[in-house]
Amino acid sequence: MMQVLFSFKAERTFAMRSRMETPTRNKPVEARQNVVILFAGDSGDGIQLTGSQFTDTNALFGNDVSTFPNYPAEIRAPQGTLAGVSGYQLHFGSVEIFTPGDQCDVLVVMNAAALKANLSKLKPGGTIIANTDGFDKKNLRLAGYIDEADPLTDGSLVNFLLHSVDVTKLTRTALEDTTLGMKEKDRCKNMFVLGFINWMYSRENALTEAFLDRKFGKKPEVLEANRRALVAGYNYGETSETFTMRFEVKAAPMPKGTYRSITGNQGTALGLIAGAQKAKLDLFYGSYPITPASEILHELSKHKNFGVITFQAEDEIAAISSAIGASYGGAIGITASSGPGIALKTEAMGLAFMLEIPLVIVNVQRGGPSTGLPTRTEQADLWQAVLGRNGEAPIPVIAASTPIDCFDMAFEAVQLAIEHMTPVILLTDGYIANGSEPWRFPSSKDLPEIKPPHIQARKNGDPFLPYLRDERGVRPWALPGQAGLQHRIGGIEKQDKTGNISYDPENHEKMVRLRAEKVARIADRFKPIRLDSGPTEGELLVVGWGSTYGAIRTAALQLQAEGMTVAHVHLRHLFPFNKGLGPLLKKYKKVLVPEMNSGQLRQMLRAEFLVDAQGLNKIQGMPFTSEEIKTAIIDLLKS
Amino acid sequence: MSTVNDITPSEKIDFSSDQEVRWCPGCGDYSILKQVQTVLEQSGKKKEDVVFISGIGCSSRFPYYLDTFGLHSIHGRAPAIVSGLRSVRPELSVWMITGDGDALSIGGNHIIHLLRRNVDVNVLLFNNEIYGLTKGQYSPTSPEGVVTRSTPMGSTDHRFNPLALVKGADGTFIARSMDRDPKHMREVLARADAHRGTSLVEIYQNCNVFNDGAFEVFTDKASKPANTLFVEHGKPLLFADGTKGICIKEMKPHIIDIGPEFSPDDCWIHDERDNFKASVLVRMFDDTHREGAFPRPFGVFFVHDRPTHETKLQAQVTKAKEVKGLGDLDALLKGAHTWTIK
Repeated sequence: MMQVLFSFKAERTFAMRSRMETPTRNKPVEARQNVVILFAGDSGDGIQLTGSQFTDTNALFGNDVSTFPNYPAEIRAPQGTLAGVSGYQLHFGSVEIFTPGDQCDVLVVMNAAALKANLSKLKPGGTIIANTDGFDKKNLRLAGYIDEADPLTDGSLVNFLLHSVDVTKLTRTALEDTTLGMKEKDRCKNMFVLGFINWMYSRENALTEAFLDRKFGKKPEVLEANRRALVAGYNYGETSETFTMRFEVKAAPMPKGTYRSITGNQGTALGLIAGAQKAKLDLFYGSYPITPASEILHELSKHKNFGVITFQAEDEIAAISSAIGASYGGAIGITASSGPGIALKTEAMGLAFMLEIPLVIVNVQRGGPSTGLPTRTEQADLWQAVLGRNGEAPIPVIAASTPIDCFDMAFEAVQLAIEHMTPVILLTDGYIANGSEPWRFPSSKDLPEIKPPHIQARKNGDPFLPYLRDERGVRPWALPGQAGLQHRIGGIEKQDKTGNISYDPENHEKMVRLRAEKVARIADRFKPIRLDSGPTEGELLVVGWGSTYGAIRTAALQLQAEGMTVAHVHLRHLFPFNKGLGPLLKKYKKVLVPEMNSGQLRQMLRAEFLVDAQGLNKIQGMPFTSEEIKTAIIDLLKS
Repeated sequence: MSTVNDITPSEKIDFSSDQEVRWCPGCGDYSILKQVQTVLEQSGKKKEDVVFISGIGCSSRFPYYLDTFGLHSIHGRAPAIVSGLRSVRPELSVWMITGDGDALSIGGNHIIHLLRRNVDVNVLLFNNEIYGLTKGQYSPTSPEGVVTRSTPMGSTDHRFNPLALVKGADGTFIARSMDRDPKHMREVLARADAHRGTSLVEIYQNCNVFNDGAFEVFTDKASKPANTLFVEHGKPLLFADGTKGICIKEMKPHIIDIGPEFSPDDCWIHDERDNFKASVLVRMFDDTHREGAFPRPFGVFFVHDRPTHETKLQAQVTKAKEVKGLGDLDALLKGAHTWTIK
C-alpha cells in the first residue's frame, strides 16, 4: 500500500527545501506520548493515500506506528452515503505501539457521512476536524441526519473540540491561478488536509512532496497543484487563529536498526519468496482474485526475477490444483484465498495431503459465512482449517499475529511444507493483511536454509518405494525426469511404502495413522512455548491467536502494571499445538480465550487439554479494543 | 509423423508397469493402453521424462499401468494440475487421461481454459457416452432421451459435441479416433504427441458393460464405410469405399456420389490448417439414423501453431531476470524505502 519510491538521500534534500519554504513556528507545542488519528471521507476522497502518507512521515521521523485501513466493499459506493465511507486509522507514538488504537484522539472527516459513521470511535473531548463543504443539505440528507440538521452548528458536538474548516474553498483559493478544472482542483483537497495535519503534529511536508514528485512527475500542473494544496494546508495551520496549539510526538525508543513499513499481505508475499529462495526452489503461485487476499497475487507477480510464476487460474479449484501440479514438478506450490475460496479448495487439499507433497495454503480470513463481510475481519475459519476435509486429513495450521509476523509465518509455512512433505495452512486475516507497521527486516543470511527431502536418481533398477518414510515419517520427494524413480501416486488409498492402490482394511488404518503421526511429529521441532508477557504461573492466562495479538498484549501489559497476575501466551501453532501448551495451561487458575469467533480455539483447548477455558467472543467484523479485553480479564478475575 | 512398426524389438523400451490391469474384460481401454504404450516405445522418450495425469473415472486408472511418472488426481481437475506442472517443467512430456464425465462435466471449466491457454499436453478424452465407474448414469455426451439408471424416462439433456466445444475454446490440435482401429489411433496419437500445444484426441471407447455398442455403427465392418469419414491432409473427403464424397457448395458441405457426374477432384480437399473447414468438420455430428446424415469424421481435423502458455510464462521469468537481474533477497526484504534508528 505504501509505495514510496525514492532514496533516503533524496528525502534529505527535500526536507531542507521544505523547511525553507514553510513559515517559522510561532505557536506553542505540546508533547503527546501517542495519538490515534482517523481520516474518513468518501471512498473517492483519497483517504487511504492521506493516511498512508502521514504514516510514512511519522515512521520516518522515528515513531512506532500501527495502521488500520477500513474501506467499503463497493469500489465506488454512492457518494456521500454511509456505505461509501472509507477510513484510515493510524496510531503513532513515542512508545511501543501494538494496535491501531481503540478510540481516536482526532477524527478528520471530509463529509457528514464520515462523521456519522465514525463519531462513536472518538474519545470524549477528542478533536474533530470537519470539512464544512461536505456538510451541505444534500450531504446531511444522504448521511441520514434528521431534518438535515447540521451537527457542526446544532450544538450536538459540544463534548468535542470541533474545528470546522472549509477545505474545499481553501483548496480552490490556493489553486485559483492554475489552469486546472474545478474537479481536478477538488482532487487536491486531501493534500490540503495532509498539510494541515503535518503542521498540527509538527511534521515536515518533505516526504509527501517527494512522493508527489514521483507520482505526478509527468503531469507538472497536477504536481504543482498538489504541492500548493499541501503547503496551503500547512500554512493554514500556522496562520489561522482558530488553532492556538500544535503537538509533538517524539521518536519512539525503537530498537536500533534499519526499518521499512510493511503490510501483512506484503509480509506474506515476501515470506513466501524468502522461503522458496532458502529452499533454492522456484515458486509457483496459483490464485483466483478475492478480497482481502488479492494483494498477495499483485505483490508476487512483481517478483518474477526470483523464479516466481504467478498463475491467475480460472477458479479457486484450479488455483490450488495448479499449485499441486507445480509442487509435483518440484517447485514450491502456493495458493491463497479467503474463506469462500478456501471452501472450494477443500477437496484438492485432501489430495495434496494424500500425495504427501509440499503445498502452502494461505487463508486471509474475512467475515463469514458464505460471502459474509468481504472487507471486514474475523477469525472464524479456524475449524475450517483444522477440520474441514473429508476423511482424516490433518494438515498443519499456523497463524500470524501482526503484519510483520505474516512474513515469519509465511516463511515457516514454506519450511514446514517442504521439510515435512505436507500441505500447510497459514491463517492471517483482513485486519493484519491490510494493516501496516515498521519492520526491522532481517538479513537473508539470518534466515535458515530449507532442505527439501530430495532423492538421488538411480540407474541400478532397484524398485523405488515412494512412501518409504524417514525417522520423522517423511517420504522422499522424487521428481519427474529423475531416472529410475518413476512411480504412481494418487488420491486413492495406497499401500504402505509402494504407493500402489490398496483396499486392504488393515493397510488403510495403518496409513491413516502414519499420515497423522507424521503431522503430529512436526511439533517436535517447535521451540519451547514462551509467554508473551506476565508471570509463569498464577491467577489468569490469556490465550490468543492471530490478529488479536496487539489488543491482548496492550491489555495484559496494562493490567500487569496495575499489579495483577495476568499472563499472555499467543499461539502461532494451532495444529499441532506446541507440546508445552498443555502443562502451561495447568499453571493458572483461570484461562481466557479472546477470539473474533464464537469460541473455536476455546473448544479445541477444552477438548485437547480438559481445561475450563472461558471465551471472550466478538463477531462484529471489527477487531477487539484492548479495553474490551481488559474488562473481560478483570471480570473473570472477580468471578 | 512417425510410422508404426519401424523399430526393432531390441531397441524397445517397455513402458508397461508391474501393476495388474483391472478394467472389465473386453473394455475399450485395453486397446487404448496398448496403442499408447506402442507410441511411447516408438517415440524414443525416456520413461522418466513422461508424466501421465488423470482425473477420476474408469479411464483415469490409466497412469498406474505405465512405467512412467503418474498422478491419479481428483475428479475433473487434471487440466489444472497439468497447467501447474507444465508451468514449472516445460521439458517433460505430459499426457492427460480423461473421460466424457471427467473432462466435460465436472471438469468442464478447466478443460476450456487449458485449451485457450494452449498448454502443451496430449489430452486423451475417452468418450464412452456413459458413466461407467459409478455404474451406468448418463454423461454429458449421452444422446438426449437415453434411458440409464438415473434417467428411467430418458435423459432430458441436450448433449455436448465435444470437438465443437474444443474448437470453440480455440484448441490447436483437434482429432478423433476409435478404440477398434488401433493403427489409426497410433497414427493420430503420434501426431498429437508431435504437436506443441494442447493436443486433444477424442477416442470413441466402447463400455461393454454399461453402454455396449454405442459406436458400433462406426466400428462394425458392415456399417463402418458408409458412416465414417477418415480425413487425411491434402486428400479428398471420400467415404463408403470411395463411392461417395463431400464437397463444399455455397459455404455448406454436401454429399456427392462419385461416378459419371462427380470425381474425387470435385471433393473438398482436407486441409488441417484451414480454420473454417475445421469448424465445419467438427460440426459433422449427425445422428446416423437420419436420412442423408453426414458420415462421422475421424482423423486430425485441425492443427494450429500458437505459442504455448508455459513458453510465455517462462519467457516473462527470463525477461524479468534479464531486466532486473537475478532476484536479490536482501534487496527485496529492504524494499524501496527505509529509515534507520541509531
